[in-house]
Amino acid sequence: MGEGAPTEQVPSTQRAGLAARRVSWEIDGRLILDGVAVLTPAGAVTGLLGPNGSGKSTLLRVLAGVQAAGRAVSPSGATSAAAEQSAAAPSATGPSASPASVSVSPTETTFGGADLGAMPRRERARVLALVEQDATTDLPLSVLDAVLLGRIPHRSLLAGDSDADRAAAHAALEAAGAKELADREVGTLSGGERQRVHMARALAQQPRLLLLDEPTNHLDIAAQLQAMRVLRDLAADGVTVVAALHDLNLAASTCDHLVLLDHGRVVAAGPVDDVLVPAVLEPVYGVRLDVLPHPRTGRPVLAFEQG
Amino acid sequence: MSRTSSLSGLALPAAALVLVLSVGVAVTIGPADLALPEVGRSLATHLGVDGFLGLEPLSALRDGMVWQLRMPRILTAAAVGAGLALCGAVMQSLTRNPLADPYLLGLSSGASLGAVLVLLAGVPLLLPVAAFAGAVGALALALALAGALGAITPTRTVLAGLAISQLCAAAVSFVIFWSAKGDAFREVLSWLMGSVASATWTSVAIAGGAVLVLGTLLALTGSVLDAFTFGDTAAAALGVPVNRARWVLLIGVALLTGALVSQSGSIGFVGLILPHAVRLFTGARHRLLLPLSALAGASFLVWADTLARTIFEPRELPVGIVTAAIGAPVFAFLLWKGNRR
Repeated sequence: MGEGAPTEQVPSTQRAGLAARRVSWEIDGRLILDGVAVLTPAGAVTGLLGPNGSGKSTLLRVLAGVQAAGRAVSPSGATSAAAEQSAAAPSATGPSASPASVSVSPTETTFGGADLGAMPRRERARVLALVEQDATTDLPLSVLDAVLLGRIPHRSLLAGDSDADRAAAHAALEAAGAKELADREVGTLSGGERQRVHMARALAQQPRLLLLDEPTNHLDIAAQLQAMRVLRDLAADGVTVVAALHDLNLAASTCDHLVLLDHGRVVAAGPVDDVLVPAVLEPVYGVRLDVLPHPRTGRPVLAFEQG
Repeated sequence: MSRTSSLSGLALPAAALVLVLSVGVAVTIGPADLALPEVGRSLATHLGVDGFLGLEPLSALRDGMVWQLRMPRILTAAAVGAGLALCGAVMQSLTRNPLADPYLLGLSSGASLGAVLVLLAGVPLLLPVAAFAGAVGALALALALAGALGAITPTRTVLAGLAISQLCAAAVSFVIFWSAKGDAFREVLSWLMGSVASATWTSVAIAGGAVLVLGTLLALTGSVLDAFTFGDTAAAALGVPVNRARWVLLIGVALLTGALVSQSGSIGFVGLILPHAVRLFTGARHRLLLPLSALAGASFLVWADTLARTIFEPRELPVGIVTAAIGAPVFAFLLWKGNRR
């Protein structure tokens, strides 16, 4: 795998990665996502950026089909009054049509051309995996057993771990750089170690699409770089990676493609050099910034000043 | 992991053997001494293989002691113990609450109340159904109360469960005293503290049947419960229909608890301590934890009941006193451990 040189990866939009359109989500009457469209190249690392509360976590969970609170709504562009009207109006297509199917613009989420929303849950869990923030357990669970949980979608619900499952779990531990943790107990791990274990659990699902919610949160700088290294390796193996990130410089140094969210809307999307520019970032974050070239890699480095 | 597979290869047969021996030995213990071979002879007679094995039947008196007095009681204890331990294990995983247990969350008292009301109304056939309704009602109330207090945390759920549990217990006492015949105190005690003293073969059929059917189904849900280890979102991301799974399993637990409580009253702490003890050996995954908890719970309650009926002979304790004496310190320890974090 190329030495940390994501520019060598040609993010080809021809290869279908994750494509989502008109993603709108409302929690307790508050619009969290407002007609978001995301197009991420296959086999590349896409960074999902945005200030706190911009909707990054919700977007990831909605894309993964696991957002429990709230409901999908029509984007406010197609005014909610119109949506309500069309929902309330007696449908000409028959009584079986639900309000969602009547509404002007249903959410569409496809990966590699396949409709994720229409996919049975277990099948979807074999295609995509989600790494949450700070998931933990009070139960006495070994790291290997935690990683083996990732095999659940791949086997009958009545079956135990097969040799193939164990092999996949060990391979996932290796890929996530957590091989030496296999026999430890999850409760005794440090934040960085636990993050690697969650990554391994997601990899044991053998996903082709990996969604991560701030995978570098609470990690020291070495662990952050290590985590991003794992993501780059995955992308090099053809996995489509989408990671919500807080640290713009980390995104600058490791992502191929960026999506910038603000108040539940996409304000910019594209290659790193197009998104990480003062004209785009300054109004969103409310800071002044300068973009410098990294002295060795040539990738952008951001310097901030209070706006 | 080879450790787990070799464990599961040995642990289940070993636990089953311990249970069979426990039942056999427990039958011999009591005011009149019986020997293990006599238990075997009685068993052979009733299974119709005494002639085949060349065994002589016991005298009617001694056979009655084995077959009519002790055996139904001990088998009911085994079934109730197995079912309660299983319910506890399932609830703890499903609610991610190490303190969850049918007794602490009010299911058992709710089931007692349902059972007592139906007995009072004179329709004993509806006993398990009413106990189930009581268990579901109490669980729903406890969760609603916990939710009304704010986020559903383990401690809050237990506090809400205790409130509901006390309310149902008071209602049980009130109903029994209101309709008091001679032995109201004993009856109140046997519903609130639990007892298998009056168990018959019907009790064995109801409690045992419920454990065999519902218990087996619950024990097969290991993978689904595994998926809940890191919470609802993680379970959903592993392809589990979270809400449906939770309701189906909780209703299964309430059904089983109702059937058990209708025969034994509410016996506390079995569902709390057994799964924790078994997890020390199996870890948190459920494939082995669930059946092993059931077998261990069965042996545990057989011995707890044997202690209850013999320790102050000829006086008899409600078995719930014995399980509480062992379980309450464990509960305190778990609370302490939980609060340290």
